[in-house]
Amino acid sequence: MGETITFWVLAVVSVAAAFGLVFSRKAVYSALMLGVVMLSLAVLYAVQDAPFLAVVQIIVYTGAVMMLFLFVLMLVGVDSSDSLVETIKGQRFWAFVAGLGFAVLLAVGIGNAVVGDATGLAAANAEGGNVQGLAKLIFTRYVFAFEVTSALLITAALGAMVLAHRERSEPKATQKDLARARFLGDHPTPLPGPGTYARHNAIDMPALLPDGSVSELSVNRVIARHDVETGRLPENARLAAAIRQVAAHGPRTEQPKVVQAVAEPAEVPVAAEDDPPTAARPAGTPVEEEGK
Amino acid sequence: MTTHYLVLSALLFAIGGIGVLVRRNAIVVFMCVELMLNACNLAFVAFARQHGNLQGQIIAFFVMVVAAAEVVVGLAIIVTIFRTRRSASVDDANLLKY
Repeated sequence: MGETITFWVLAVVSVAAAFGLVFSRKAVYSALMLGVVMLSLAVLYAVQDAPFLAVVQIIVYTGAVMMLFLFVLMLVGVDSSDSLVETIKGQRFWAFVAGLGFAVLLAVGIGNAVVGDATGLAAANAEGGNVQGLAKLIFTRYVFAFEVTSALLITAALGAMVLAHRERSEPKATQKDLARARFLGDHPTPLPGPGTYARHNAIDMPALLPDGSVSELSVNRVIARHDVETGRLPENARLAAAIRQVAAHGPRTEQPKVVQAVAEPAEVPVAAEDDPPTAARPAGTPVEEEGK
Repeated sequence: MTTHYLVLSALLFAIGGIGVLVRRNAIVVFMCVELMLNACNLAFVAFARQHGNLQGQIIAFFVMVVAAAEVVVGLAIIVTIFRTRRSASVDDANLLKY
């Protein structure tokens, strides 16, 4: 009776979560839904006299595999949502038809099969329990598969290292290089922080320069774009215009400067060949790069 | 009761299959593949209890190991593709077509 209740609750939860995995627009939600499915499957294993597999499911799947998925999601970019353009005409519709047909086929086939009462694992688990029974099988009959598994794991680890490794094509930028690049650019000081001299200290509020002009360099482009998309622009027209400008084209590099004449570098030597790529970057953009 | 578990397993497998066909984000496609592997494991465990021996659980255990290795390599491939193309969409990786 207890098993029946557990099964029905977890079956509903896991099927709903599986649909959520397929249909949620954001990849992070999909990952969380997959975690729900895996956890409920772990409980179902435990109910079916497989406590070892239940624990392994939680440790390996929800612990390791899901974390790996989330790491890669963060690396690749959480906002990389699906495009809704169909490259093949009617692909979505026919995919659903095929999936539905497959599910019906499998379910009917299983339903028609005559399945007697389960033998139960009481006899198999009798000698010391489930873990001992599994260990006996793994280290006797399936010991070769077990050994091959170790080769597989080593290959996978090597493959991941080889694939994810990036060869450095240019020497690492030293502190000297960085300092030179910074002073060759037209913004040797740190960029103005958002909210400086403004009436708000929110991160999306452009700073006011001492002469009262709005500094577009102080707003992160990602945040500005988010503000424009959600329509949360400040009431002040000048600030709103600055945010729109940053969101659309990035900050204008030519800022109205009070001390323009002093800031103008007299003789800029030609950048050396071995300069790191930071030297080529226009000084107006580092805010955007840091935001990513 | 075994039939119930098998039908649930079939449902999860079919949903995973739909996800693989419908979604474009390579990572989500990969998650759907994982869902299908999990559904298979559920069927294996149910059969192990049905037949009263532990071989089904052993197979499920090995499936988990292979799935873990596969996730590592697959995600590394996705990261590499993302690095060169700045996109994780499976539609963009179509160079082999031409």
